[in-house]
Amino acid sequence: MLLAVAGLLYLGVRLAFDAPTAVQGPEIELTPAALPWYAALSVGRMSAAYAFSFLFTIVYGYVAAYNRRAETVLMPLLDVLQSVPILSFLPVVLLGLSAILPEGVAAELAAIVLIFTSQVWNLTFAWYQSLTTIGKDLREASATFRFNRWLRLKWLELPAGAISLIWNSMMSWAGGWFFLMAAESYSVGERNFRLPGLGSFLQKAASEGDIQSLFLGIGALVLVVVALDQLVWRPLLAWADRFKLEMVEDQTPPTAWFYDLLNDSRFVQQLGAHLGRLNERLDSWLSERLQPLGMPQPGAGAWTPLSLGVVAVLLAAVGYGAFLALQALLTVSVAQWLALAAALVATFLRVTVAMIIALAWTLPVGVAIGSNATLARWLQPVVQIAASVPATALFPAFLLIFLGLPNGLNIAAVILMLMGTQWYLLFNIIAGASAIPQDLKHTAALLHLKPAARWRALTLPALFPYIITGGITASGGAWNASIVAEYTEFGGSVHSVTGIGATIAHATADGHYALLLAATLTMILAVVAINRLLWRRLYVLAEERFRME
Amino acid sequence: MNEPNILLQLSNVEQRYRSGQRTFTAVENVNLTLAEGEFVALLGPSGCGKSTLLRIITGLQQPSEGSVLYRNQPLQGVNPYATIVFQTFALFPWFSVLENVEIALKARGLPASVRAPRAMELLDRVGLDGFESAYPRELSGGMRQKVGFARAMAVEPELLCLDEPFSALDVLSAESLRNDLIELWIEGKIPTKAILMVTHNIEEAIMLAGRIVVMDKGPGRIVADLPVDLPYPRQRNAPAFTALIDRVYGLLAGQTQAEHIELGTAPGEPGATRILPFVSIGDLTGMLEYLSDRERGHADIYLLPERLGVDSDEVLRLIEAAELLGFVNVAQGDVALTPLGDTFADASILARKNIFAVRIRRLPIFKWLTTMLRATEGHSLEWDVVRTALELEFPPDEAERQLDTIVDWGRYAEVLAYDDSKALITLEPEAIVLEKATA
Repeated sequence: MLLAVAGLLYLGVRLAFDAPTAVQGPEIELTPAALPWYAALSVGRMSAAYAFSFLFTIVYGYVAAYNRRAETVLMPLLDVLQSVPILSFLPVVLLGLSAILPEGVAAELAAIVLIFTSQVWNLTFAWYQSLTTIGKDLREASATFRFNRWLRLKWLELPAGAISLIWNSMMSWAGGWFFLMAAESYSVGERNFRLPGLGSFLQKAASEGDIQSLFLGIGALVLVVVALDQLVWRPLLAWADRFKLEMVEDQTPPTAWFYDLLNDSRFVQQLGAHLGRLNERLDSWLSERLQPLGMPQPGAGAWTPLSLGVVAVLLAAVGYGAFLALQALLTVSVAQWLALAAALVATFLRVTVAMIIALAWTLPVGVAIGSNATLARWLQPVVQIAASVPATALFPAFLLIFLGLPNGLNIAAVILMLMGTQWYLLFNIIAGASAIPQDLKHTAALLHLKPAARWRALTLPALFPYIITGGITASGGAWNASIVAEYTEFGGSVHSVTGIGATIAHATADGHYALLLAATLTMILAVVAINRLLWRRLYVLAEERFRME
Repeated sequence: MNEPNILLQLSNVEQRYRSGQRTFTAVENVNLTLAEGEFVALLGPSGCGKSTLLRIITGLQQPSEGSVLYRNQPLQGVNPYATIVFQTFALFPWFSVLENVEIALKARGLPASVRAPRAMELLDRVGLDGFESAYPRELSGGMRQKVGFARAMAVEPELLCLDEPFSALDVLSAESLRNDLIELWIEGKIPTKAILMVTHNIEEAIMLAGRIVVMDKGPGRIVADLPVDLPYPRQRNAPAFTALIDRVYGLLAGQTQAEHIELGTAPGEPGATRILPFVSIGDLTGMLEYLSDRERGHADIYLLPERLGVDSDEVLRLIEAAELLGFVNVAQGDVALTPLGDTFADASILARKNIFAVRIRRLPIFKWLTTMLRATEGHSLEWDVVRTALELEFPPDEAERQLDTIVDWGRYAEVLAYDDSKALITLEPEAIVLEKATA
């Protein structure tokens, strides 16, 4: 699996050698008037990437869930792919594309690909998970009532996955904003790729030290994020409440003012009626062409000559790529490998510190919010807005503060990792704290447990599964953020600290592709190893011992 | 050759499945014919493969062996003439009541102009008018199942299959829904040609069906095919009714055999290992106490479900367990306490545990486990190790259930200890001493 990824990476790098040597992107205007247009461009880019993510998710998850043989390859592959540091992918993609496409198109496509890779994996996992956990009775009902493939997708699979898909889409968009900055403005040695957008606006404002523009840009970004939340995600969640699988009624179903507004509008109602007729026609058109399905057969998916051929060609390409990648890796000297190991340890320490700090503040705050309804009503929206601001946008502002201090970049790097990851922990802890059963809280009160004993006996065990769930995502995010956190161009000069992220960024900037490959693979290995050896075990422990149900 | 009104014909149907190295048989040698106008109940204890059979008949599953003919044609894929009412209702939670009925019609390509009125008409017939825009989660269990019936009948199937349709409902809802069903059926209000109902509830089968096909487990097979020639509405306390119930209980509860046949052999040895019935000790002692209060410790089995407030399936399992432990004898549908059972029922808690410990030591599967435990250092084994060993004998879920039962009984008897956090089964030290003393 790793070999396959190495091979693919190498093929990208190989293409990159043919890229034009000097590129200068369009100038970015630092005026407030340009902001709406830039914001629209950025949202457009995000939407395009999201559309690809969604399509990819549906197809990939579907194949993995219904074809046992494909599943054994696709799911582990997904696991590795999501540990690939996205940012070290970008130069590969970018240079590869600019070798074969006009530079503007290449930069645009590369940005979309980068955002795509930051959005897609959790979405795919969620969809696969919901497909494989659909109840047997609903599947049997679908077969008995002769659903065809289209009706099954529309009436069974998509509804069953709807809520999880929406929540994960929200997370995906947050992840996308985080990398937008990097995606819209990137320099590889002499080649300076730039796309007009909010990300590049912020980047430029930061590197020119233009505080006013920086804050204007951040303001615009927050506005866009909040508007999307209110106009898209909240209404979607309110609408999707009907798709929940539980057979009990929710006391407080999610609501959204915009959704209510849409629901009451006559125009929307008429539109709905039109769409209903169209939907009817589409259904009958498709139903005439599709056969009713039986139950999915385990072990289905026999080898056909075509699929064998496709697999053979893929294997050959990947094998060749892996061979070349290994050759490239052999050119990396022992000293460089040792430096890589040291860098890995440095980044590991930074990630650990960030995680500890995150846990230290989110635990008390999360429990306070989660177990106090009044506090939750006031703080929840504030926290949500704070969380929706991508840390990369604030990073330049932090650099302004910290670069003057001794060890400033080290502190700033940890803070960036922290900012990108603490929210996962906080939200999970809030969810966990509000899920502690009332009777257990009463019991703790009746036993007159002292605060410390109460934490030990009730709060921490009850929160453990939630902390682990949040921690898994947070740790992955922190590693990924190391590339932007440990190496930065600011005010015209390069600042960096020792770390695997910085190594990747340096290698990219210097066009040292063998080292880039080595560093990227090292990081993938480290992340996969940490997931396997630490998080997965903790997760199993949490599920077996501390789950309330 | 065949009569024209034969709907369904199963010949020599067998269902096997592989698990690891072994092949297990879920049902074997099933021959069954279903004709138009019949209401057949497929009755048997849990694990006898009756649901498997239903899935084979509806085409959700292919049998490993044998043929399934529907109207003389081999069945391929899902049976288009059959629908199912599910035990768990299987309603789509994201569709309203009306939509849930409509989708069945829509999937068959009916236009909207036909769909809505027909769905409404069916909801009306099952008494759900006024609830068409409600979501399933807003309804009670009984009303949900009414939607299930309306949906299944909406497509006007020739064969209506009911998979334990009343077992997830409370007593009153189940009773009223049974009456509704029988009314629809005998008054010919539905175009359905035949009904096949899977159930483990003996009384329910006799209450509704015109013919009862009795199945037993290990492996699943048909053991009797009885007509029920009682007029509707049937009276529970009519002598003919209770006689039939008694007879079916007699069939399913069997007859106490000689001890070596009852106990079977240990896992890994030739011969069948006895599957321990999955019952809780509390329920078992409850039944024995009830029996000891009766004259001569004697009771009609068919009366027990009502007296003990549990269903017939559970009663059969309790009796099987008590029989296996030598606490009761079973003959011709009657159960009687043995002197040992009587002593147990009257004994103190500690004395009960002692009796229980002595009795379970006689079970080959227990001997097998304690021998293995004694051979290890610290007299303990991991749960998964024992389960894997049992999987050579039983299918995986049955192996898990067997081990659950063994450990539960062993803990009660204070022969075994189980540490959940380490998933470790240990022989209790006192039990070892005791065993040495008796040896």
